[in-house]
Amino acid sequence: MNEERKMLEDLSSQEYKWGFVTDIQSDTVPPGLNEDVIRFISAKKQEPEWLLEWRLKAYHHWLTLSEPEWQKVKFPPVDFQAISYYSAPKKDEKKKSLDEVDPDLLATYEKLGIPLTEQKRLANVAVDAVFDSVSVATTHQAKLAGMGVLFMPLSEAVREHPELVREYLGKVVPYTDNFYAALNAAVFTDGSFVYIPKGLKCPLDLSTYFRINEANTGQFERTLIIAEESASVTYLEGCTAPQRDENQLHAAVVELYAHEDAAIRYSTVQNWYPGDQDGNGGIFNFVTKRGLCAGDRSRISWTQVETGSAVTWKYPSCVLKGDDSVGEFYSVALTNNFQQADTGTKMIHLGRNTKSTIISKGISAGHGDQTYRGLVKIGKGAAGARNFTQCDSMLLGDKCGAHTIPYIESSNRTAQVEHEATTTRIGDDQIFLCNQRGISTEDAVSMIVNGFCREVFHELPLEFAVEAEALLKVSLEGSVG
Amino acid sequence: MLKIQDLHVSVDGKEILKGINLEIRPGEVHAIMGPNGSGKSTLSQVLAGNENYEVTGGLILYQGRDLLSLDVEARALEGIFLAFQYPVEIPGISNEQFLRAAVNAGRRHRGESELDAFDFSALAKQKMEVMELGADLLDRSLNVGFSGGEKKRNECFQMAMIEPRFAILDETDSGLDIDALRIVAKGINGLRSPERSFLVITHYQRLLNYIVPDHVHVLADGRIIMSGGKELALELDDKGYGWIEEGQARSGEPQLSASGEAES
Repeated sequence: MNEERKMLEDLSSQEYKWGFVTDIQSDTVPPGLNEDVIRFISAKKQEPEWLLEWRLKAYHHWLTLSEPEWQKVKFPPVDFQAISYYSAPKKDEKKKSLDEVDPDLLATYEKLGIPLTEQKRLANVAVDAVFDSVSVATTHQAKLAGMGVLFMPLSEAVREHPELVREYLGKVVPYTDNFYAALNAAVFTDGSFVYIPKGLKCPLDLSTYFRINEANTGQFERTLIIAEESASVTYLEGCTAPQRDENQLHAAVVELYAHEDAAIRYSTVQNWYPGDQDGNGGIFNFVTKRGLCAGDRSRISWTQVETGSAVTWKYPSCVLKGDDSVGEFYSVALTNNFQQADTGTKMIHLGRNTKSTIISKGISAGHGDQTYRGLVKIGKGAAGARNFTQCDSMLLGDKCGAHTIPYIESSNRTAQVEHEATTTRIGDDQIFLCNQRGISTEDAVSMIVNGFCREVFHELPLEFAVEAEALLKVSLEGSVG
Repeated sequence: MLKIQDLHVSVDGKEILKGINLEIRPGEVHAIMGPNGSGKSTLSQVLAGNENYEVTGGLILYQGRDLLSLDVEARALEGIFLAFQYPVEIPGISNEQFLRAAVNAGRRHRGESELDAFDFSALAKQKMEVMELGADLLDRSLNVGFSGGEKKRNECFQMAMIEPRFAILDETDSGLDIDALRIVAKGINGLRSPERSFLVITHYQRLLNYIVPDHVHVLADGRIIMSGGKELALELDDKGYGWIEEGQARSGEPQLSASGEAES
């Protein structure tokens, strides 16, 4: 084995830094899923009758489904009866101010580097933090409300703005969409709700941090973002989880709804616990994310940096219904050790002159295995639609895999669809050159990988881009051969 | 500066260098010439620490230290620089980013403060003018889309920025037209100093018209079969390598004894 491999193997003992467990008493339902559990969740959330009915319909639909098997990932079957579907820190009544939040919880967020405390208001990011299943604190809420922006836990929105939630919930991702979306609709516990009124460019970036803390719980959050005509918003999502030996399920749903001339940018830095070096533990991240460009000239952009989770299965998508609407997908996904990811996007062109761009950068290291799976679908009415797709894979070492599976379905002859794909590896000669110039292997790998991802990092808000680079570097330690 | 004693090197079990002896003192420029396959590039790679080359015997002392115990990076930080015959491309890393990382790694190693972006670019600008490189080259991905001449000039530019103590130029002249050759030579000559030594590996005498060596060695079949002054290069150019191989037994070497001959 050459030097750099040895060094990288040493480095791979680098531990997951976010793996601590917070010792907080929590209110957790016994494992298992049945109507009673759903009624319990709904009652706990003081939900209206229509929402309970919706959940129950979703549950009964879910019972008729079986888990999808087409994705190119392998994992032991999930025992849905062994999961607890509700876990909340004990003092779970909504906090009026951060002063009332459990100091242990705040300390946890502090460790995570989340700008939650009041002093950090100047950070200019409004944060909603979801701990296990419950939203614990939302900052800047009052200020935002003054401008007509609603940014609050979804459960709160259900109580305070039921008409809005009822109008949009499940509209972009219906509970019939897929197995995990049905499960989420039945048992979702919280998540963020954002509403940007007509003509407003939201002056703050909105942000949610998710954390799974309890053992044997699933996290089923649901996020709903609505941008009214000519409104725009940037939304950031971050996730971490403690280090545990058993797998934990995360099956979220995110729905974005953009009216005429509205723009939604949704950025994710996903760093769920990926399991240990031998592939034990880690989060199963089975998420349905979709945005609807309902109005003409609307724009939805997904940017994601995925370094965590044992198994990832997600395809943030755009339905381009409005004429001249634009969908974008920028992704960096890293699989190291025994991580697996089957990820990509769907761009569904329905309106005329709709445009989509897909830039996907996949990095596989260790025994990581990664598949880009992307659908570009051009409907009959989508005259003049255009798509550009670029999928680049980078392999580090000789035990990892990268696969690209593009699906292109075009029903309109005036559409233009372009697909480019490349596969590269970091060559020993490149490392040798860097070393010869006095640059360490670790720095060289980090530089090369960051260079590879640059196009995507450019799309991230600045502080997220810095975080993403750092995260990538940590996640990669121990990977080249 | 550098002392090589009875160096044997194999690649994939095949012996390429069969007992090299060479001493380079501070400030000296040594040229190594020889036919294809004689082991010239192997020598440069071994000095830089490429692990694909297995040292099966001998010793290399660099500034009195055992060079073979140091890895590639440590050698670089101690001042060894290799200008590559075939510089590799690294897409996504700009020339500037790469070079700044390299320069600052060296500065950290020497306990000096790192150059910030302003100081770096001022320095780079000045050195690039010497190599007659356009400023846009700094922003381009390392060696990607560079012409052959640009790659070689870029290697010399890197050397000028890093300011090594001991530089190995591996066929830096190959593929260069006469103008590019002149520029490269100017860059290298500008770096000559009483503290800095060079090992210039070349196939042709041509380069040595511009970079005048103190010593010329002829490498053939893994051994230095003749050493001499700068005239030796001219003689070789005139008579070809066959001349030495024929005359090896009687040794027509006028100034220095051919150190390679004594070894078997």
